[in-house]
Amino acid sequence: MRVLQIIEPAYRATLEEQDDTVLWFTRAIRAAGAPADVLLCGTAVNYSVRGQDAEGFRVGGWAQRHPPVIEHEITKLMESGARVAALAEDLAERGIPTESMLPGIEVLSRRSLGGLCAQYDRVWKW
Amino acid sequence: MSTLTFLLMDAPYEQSRTATAFRLIDAALRRKVGVRVFAYEGAVSLSMTGQKPHANAVHGRTLEEEAHPTPHAWVGALIALARESGVTFDWVNCGLCVDERGANEVVEGVRRGSPADFWKMNLESVNTLVIPTR
Repeated sequence: MRVLQIIEPAYRATLEEQDDTVLWFTRAIRAAGAPADVLLCGTAVNYSVRGQDAEGFRVGGWAQRHPPVIEHEITKLMESGARVAALAEDLAERGIPTESMLPGIEVLSRRSLGGLCAQYDRVWKW
Repeated sequence: MSTLTFLLMDAPYEQSRTATAFRLIDAALRRKVGVRVFAYEGAVSLSMTGQKPHANAVHGRTLEEEAHPTPHAWVGALIALARESGVTFDWVNCGLCVDERGANEVVEGVRRGSPADFWKMNLESVNTLVIPTR
């Protein structure tokens, strides 16, 4: 049973969670045997950008030791065999050039969405 | 018996999606469709028994008159409805999400699990609806 995880909101509670909760969930269900792939759209296309740094979060005398590293999350997903794609139109809207993206992320047009979804048994939009 | 899986993510008293999700689950159970629920992130607080109804001075109603809704009562009502209807009902709270929030005191019948449980629930269901927070 193939699963497509469509992720739209980005950076939701990532500092508190030390990751993106849907990327984390996807890694967890893949570890349980789910053949789950990821499509980034909306603000989440920003997850495809290399070199992001979330260090430096401090509250009073408390300092975060392990900030989220989304690049690592995406890379680990792809290393586990997951297909990760991002929507071309949403990348273009945000001025994200393909050369700034993590290698291995596919760029798909919005027109291909229907055909993409048809390849999966479950499509979960987050 | 057909079974549906729902993943809920919103914390109580924040979004209309919560009431909508409970209405969908209620409708499924009334049609003798089994339901499995995986509560992720803020949704683990839905089943917390510490929720308390309150009076409402703005409404001009006492505690008893106000009869303020509590989602944990809704979870309990769904468990009772499923039992009366003789259909499957399973509510699993994401364990790490429970720990983060201290959401340990929950309605009897709610259990603790992981995304692996969600995947198993999905495999045992005719379909799965994810209702994420925004």
